[in-house]
Amino acid sequence: MSRENPDQLSVPPDGKPYHQQPQWRNDFPIDWPQDELVARRDFTKFLVLTSFAFVVGQVWIAFENFARKRRGRPPIRMIAKLAAIPAGGSVTFAYPDAHDDCVLIRTAADRFVAYSQKCTHLSCAVTPQIEKNCLYCPCHHGFFDLATGVPTGGPPRRPLPRITLEIRDGAIYATGVEVRA
Amino acid sequence: MRRPFSRQQKMTIVFGILCIVLIIVVLQLWLLTATMNAFLGGEEAVINPAAIASMVCLLLNAGLLWYVYQMERP
Repeated sequence: MSRENPDQLSVPPDGKPYHQQPQWRNDFPIDWPQDELVARRDFTKFLVLTSFAFVVGQVWIAFENFARKRRGRPPIRMIAKLAAIPAGGSVTFAYPDAHDDCVLIRTAADRFVAYSQKCTHLSCAVTPQIEKNCLYCPCHHGFFDLATGVPTGGPPRRPLPRITLEIRDGAIYATGVEVRA
Repeated sequence: MRRPFSRQQKMTIVFGILCIVLIIVVLQLWLLTATMNAFLGGEEAVINPAAIASMVCLLLNAGLLWYVYQMERP
């Protein structure tokens, strides 16, 4: 640290001249402008590392999307016999994988709807409230329309993924998952 | 020959670059959340262009950081 060259002058944080500074500051002087320069440079470096982390996140999403496309259509799987679900009743099942919980609801004698049970807000399990014509998420009081799966209240913004259904031979089958924006 | 920057000039340049990098990082954060929302909603069209745009942002940031370190060299 030089006190002669004005460009290299290091001014203590309180702005007072050196002869008014405490003894310890004269004994152990700190080059304050250099300290600030290094701090800003290091913060910029940290931000660039954060920028790299965001790119990793983007690449991960792109990879997951590629993997999802490669998996293709999920298999057709029987959910339940029609006689096992009364009108106004519901049954839970896993589709397409063992950890993908879904719910099938018989809204009328000849009308079925099925959705993923994971709330599109933070993945809590939604429960059907047939008398209120909605699906309810108890975690943050989210509501979805029973007929369409579209959010009608609370924090969720995306509809529930719909499970496409097919009825044959007195049983109901899941044939696919329709993810909607 | 180019005169080296004074300490005050360096400080201003670093601060300016820091602000630009900060804006780009905020843009990348917005891009990431929008892409995640699109992915979860089943919209695939935006995913790859968003990844490329984020990479361009990273290259820009890395270039600016490189300039800061180059400026420090005697």
